[in-house]
Amino acid sequence: MKRLLLERAGWGLLTLVAISALLFAATNLLPGDVAEALLGQQATPEALHNIRAALGLDQPAWLRYLHWLGGAVHGDFGTSLASGRPVAAQLLPRLGNTLLLAFLAAMISVPLAVGLGVLSAIREGSVLDRLVSVLSLVTISVPEFFVGYILVAVFAVQLGWLPSIALITGGMSFAQRLGAIALPVATLVIVVLAHMLRMTRASLLAVMSAPFIEMAFLKGLSRSTVVVRHALPNAAAPIVAVVALNLGYLIVGVVVIEAVFVYPGAGQLMVDAVSKRDLPLVQACGLVFAATYVVLNTLADMLVIYTNPRLRHAR
Amino acid sequence: MDRRRFVAGVASVAAAGLAGCAVDDETAASGGGTLRLGMSGGAISDSLDPRNFMDWVPINIGYQIMNGLVEIDDHGNAVPELLESWEAQPGAAEWTFNVRRDVVFHNGKTLDVDDVIYSLNLHRGDTRSASRGVLENVASVRKLDDHRLQISLTAGDAELPATLSDYRLLVAPAGFTDWAHPVGTGGYRLESFVPGVRCLTRKTGDYWKPNAGHVEAIEIIVINDPMARINALISGQVDLISRIDGRTADLMKRNKQFRVVRSQTGQYAVLAMNCSSAPFRDNQVRQALKAAIDRPALIKTILNGYGQVGDDQPIPPGNRFYDRSVTPPVYDPDKARFYLKKAGREGLRVTLQVSEAAFSGAVDAAVLYQASAARAGITLEVKREPTDGYWSNVWQKAAFCASYSDGRNTVDAVLSKAYKSTSSTNDTDWRRPDFDRLANQARAELDEQKRRALYGECQRMIREDCGAVIPMFMDHVSAGTQRVKGWQPSVSLDLMGQRIGEKVWLQD
Repeated sequence: MKRLLLERAGWGLLTLVAISALLFAATNLLPGDVAEALLGQQATPEALHNIRAALGLDQPAWLRYLHWLGGAVHGDFGTSLASGRPVAAQLLPRLGNTLLLAFLAAMISVPLAVGLGVLSAIREGSVLDRLVSVLSLVTISVPEFFVGYILVAVFAVQLGWLPSIALITGGMSFAQRLGAIALPVATLVIVVLAHMLRMTRASLLAVMSAPFIEMAFLKGLSRSTVVVRHALPNAAAPIVAVVALNLGYLIVGVVVIEAVFVYPGAGQLMVDAVSKRDLPLVQACGLVFAATYVVLNTLADMLVIYTNPRLRHAR
Repeated sequence: MDRRRFVAGVASVAAAGLAGCAVDDETAASGGGTLRLGMSGGAISDSLDPRNFMDWVPINIGYQIMNGLVEIDDHGNAVPELLESWEAQPGAAEWTFNVRRDVVFHNGKTLDVDDVIYSLNLHRGDTRSASRGVLENVASVRKLDDHRLQISLTAGDAELPATLSDYRLLVAPAGFTDWAHPVGTGGYRLESFVPGVRCLTRKTGDYWKPNAGHVEAIEIIVINDPMARINALISGQVDLISRIDGRTADLMKRNKQFRVVRSQTGQYAVLAMNCSSAPFRDNQVRQALKAAIDRPALIKTILNGYGQVGDDQPIPPGNRFYDRSVTPPVYDPDKARFYLKKAGREGLRVTLQVSEAAFSGAVDAAVLYQASAARAGITLEVKREPTDGYWSNVWQKAAFCASYSDGRNTVDAVLSKAYKSTSSTNDTDWRRPDFDRLANQARAELDEQKRRALYGECQRMIREDCGAVIPMFMDHVSAGTQRVKGWQPSVSLDLMGQRIGEKVWLQD
């Protein structure tokens, strides 16, 4: 099994290298370059040439890629073209904000989703099951920014309980930070909850028709014991996969939520960087985001291998 | 009187200018509180080096911490700031300026002429400053004594003081380079700055400017999303927001808690025809297209009324050099047909390239133009271009495309930007040496009556010959709570010339 786990980790690493090359190529295909974006209406050929030369944009692309990859391995993502500050120093605080938001949303949504999913599966067809089913369908069907605006309209504008923009500053205590980001966390919980919940319920019910479940019932076990002890471990693989996918989304896919709540997260940073053609910043963001997905999915796969009795005892 | 103002009687204007920014509400200015501004126009790439100012947030912060050389008052006149008074020799090419005494930088240094010269030279010669063009006409800056300097120009400029009010010409101590921690003579000291997110400044306590610097602290929160800006104001997280659209402005007006302020700063929309490419080479075609646009409809639909009709020349109606003798152009399909017939181009087909990058609502404006032009027998194809790369790939390359221009502090700055043949951003490619001569003659004319006549002639030439269709001047609209007192519309830049921080106070 050790070999299997190592193999999976190796593939993850290879994926990451492939992504870094793709990322570099794609950012170089963007129309216009940083010199044009910086100058905007003031772009004259002479000014463009000066800026390009100063930024090393006249070197061949493969050389720039190797330089960049070498630096990135050491945690040095270069300097931002637009501001002249180190990329890492700009990215890290933003990434910290994003991780805080994602962590809180995950801490609430994952147990809630799995718990409600299990409960719905145990009481299949009950009022609770139907209610959960309908509500989760509703939240899955509306766009995320809409959920955000509804929460803002109710809790910030009408009731005035919570701030509409999630502003985090250096001197804030942890409790103040929690208050400031309550609305975006709530929005994210609502958005990711349904997906995980429905997957938990569906995969549990799929396992419930297997012969060994029938065997468990015939032993005289209660439905809740059968679901939790016998069905859940065998339905874990798809649940773990969908949880990993949603955790990935919470870290890299929340740019719309960040815009609605003016939250200084990494997604907003990347959008900013793209519009300014700040390629080192775009590439660093892209690489960090890709790494997040790869690491989470690799971990999920390894967890599935580890928990699957057949793979655990593979010969 | 006008002549005297330029040549001698500056002190009285100074007094009047400073009085202008004093008490206007029922309540007297009171200190204290934190003014929280929700502003668009900030990005992670922002820097507090005035040479790099590209967007509104750093400019606003700049004016909190530092002072300019010259200020523009509520009526658009140049009034003293760190330059206390000035005098021009006949011909307006030689100027003497007196630097204000007893002004102290945050680091304890007293302001003298060397600081002013250093700060000016940041934007002269071999520099990356975007305001280099503003000082291109300056031949030399010389120190006469500790508080007097002499500026010599290559060509006369009667409005040099107004030219020196450019927002990048802020004063730092001589030799200063640490722009991450700027030092100035302003009423506020930088406390924290996270580019593209937030900035906090706090009162220094001993500001030299009378009737300014009321609030205890100023916080700017960068909110680039318009909807989020409005939410922040309504939920009470900020006191004032910049840039709202006309429709929202009307909704805000219904709520008595809030106040909407519209400023006419001379920002205009332009549809630029390239005068050197067919069919726009023919002035009859240009005039036909100018007659085929329904301006009031554009203002009503695109700006919800927050704008003024443009008459195909860039000087706004509020400017004192605006030629008031002209009647605003009207939508006249028959006149357009007449011009086309004369040019032998009936059934004209042209393509207009537009993008939201040009100005907000540009695509809708083009579609409206298409409809009004159709009634004049012109087929106007609207080609929507991506926002990304619009300024490098379409603007100044397309034969007919949308663009915009910010207001400028002097008529000459407006004309130099896009209408003189020497300009690299002449987006209609309209090049007339006789116009350049006329504009330069007007610039050097110290007699205001004569200058007005010359600038009137410049406006006529642009209106009747240039390829710019200028359908409207667009207001800046901002909104805030009624707590913010002393807040006035401005004529130069948005938010009281971006100096709102030191001018307003908060009612308890």
